[in-house]
Amino acid sequence: MLEELVTVSTVVNGKHYRRIVEPRLLLSDFIRHDLGLTGTHVGCEHGVCGACTILVDEKPVRACLMFAPQADGHAIETIEGLAEENGELHPLQEAFRDKHGLQCGFCTPGILMTMKAFIAQHPAATEGEIREALSGNLCRCTGYQNIVEAVKLAVSRIGGSS
Amino acid sequence: MKPAPFRYAAPRSIEELLALKAEHGDDAKFLAGGQSLIPTMNFRLAQPAVLLDLNTLPDQNFIVETSSGGVRIGALVRHSDIETSETIARSHPLAHEAIRFVAHPQIRNRGTLCGNLAHADPASEMPAVMLALGGRFHARSAVSDRWIDASDFFLSIFTTALEENEMLCEVEMPPLPPGSGTCFLEVSRRPGDFAMMGVATVVSLDEAGRCAEARIAYCSAGETPLLAPGVVASLAGEEPDETALLNAARQAAEEIDPPGNVHLTSAYQKHLVAVLTGRALRTAFARANTNASQ
Repeated sequence: MLEELVTVSTVVNGKHYRRIVEPRLLLSDFIRHDLGLTGTHVGCEHGVCGACTILVDEKPVRACLMFAPQADGHAIETIEGLAEENGELHPLQEAFRDKHGLQCGFCTPGILMTMKAFIAQHPAATEGEIREALSGNLCRCTGYQNIVEAVKLAVSRIGGSS
Repeated sequence: MKPAPFRYAAPRSIEELLALKAEHGDDAKFLAGGQSLIPTMNFRLAQPAVLLDLNTLPDQNFIVETSSGGVRIGALVRHSDIETSETIARSHPLAHEAIRFVAHPQIRNRGTLCGNLAHADPASEMPAVMLALGGRFHARSAVSDRWIDASDFFLSIFTTALEENEMLCEVEMPPLPPGSGTCFLEVSRRPGDFAMMGVATVVSLDEAGRCAEARIAYCSAGETPLLAPGVVASLAGEEPDETALLNAARQAAEEIDPPGNVHLTSAYQKHLVAVLTGRALRTAFARANTNASQ
């Protein structure tokens, strides 16, 4: 009953993966090292910075606070899956480009995944709601102002009101 | 830092889970949301030899109303499930109001209520909510099955009445008294930060508009969530006007003695106790007034 190695079978960005891993492997490391998807970043490994945020079953979670076996049977979306297959950017990515919402880009994947889920739940989000929704993601470069502007623009575009 | 190696099981039944826990005792830890356990393992502050994953257990994510109007909440109910539960928004608005102060949405999507309560961080909101509600905690092991009152559950920092090999498998929020008003308030430096001070209160009015019942609990005020019976006594039978509220706030600041921490002094915490007590009671009584007239 107790295993030293476990099989993880998961769908990531629509593609199925099956690997055998040590159960202590963090989902963030599984995604980066075992699957080669290095867009998900590791900042703190204790859940406070948000750089590792991914979507699991469409909900934002900290990849550093899940063990890889816990992804077995679940669907994951990472930053690599945000743009279309043909390279067409997601409206959030376009808005971040247009509003200069990133500098070094380290926090950006976590923020984009968080905001993707947030906007889906709050298509008419106000600036105050956006600021509060961003509070689980730390950025050391931008001072957040352009991130907020980018998300506001994305909300207006996705909502179709711009 | 990466966690130390462990052996892992994802049992398919509670009985199997509890049997494994009984077999391995203190060498084994339960893994539910993992939002408190995994950080400590990543720091290697905790190095359990065995991890027992609850997440594949069937039928543990229930939120059900009891025949008396209370609510039972299962071991795999995530904080985000409570946030979106219409049942809880209707029957226990105190829990609904408090849950958005728990960490951040990303944490709430994994962290479980039962896991949070069993972890018993003194700064956590939901232990104070359960204390204010007079909740009950269902503890099971391979050889025992018992219910523990909230007032007996939190013993010290990160320490509960759960005994070796016991698992917190569900909790029950009792029905609120008819015509109750509730309020949860918290001050933190930024949204999602640990509470500098938090208060949860349940009050009700009699027909003459005087305080009939009251319960008030604080988080981040000591080693456990704390009730304030002195505050309750000062309100009993009183009309909750500004004088009574001011009195209650003063009483709270005398009765609650927060230790202070690296973020703020005990004097400032005491100040917050007084201010939040007054505000929370004012709101809760106003809500009770509205509810009583419906």
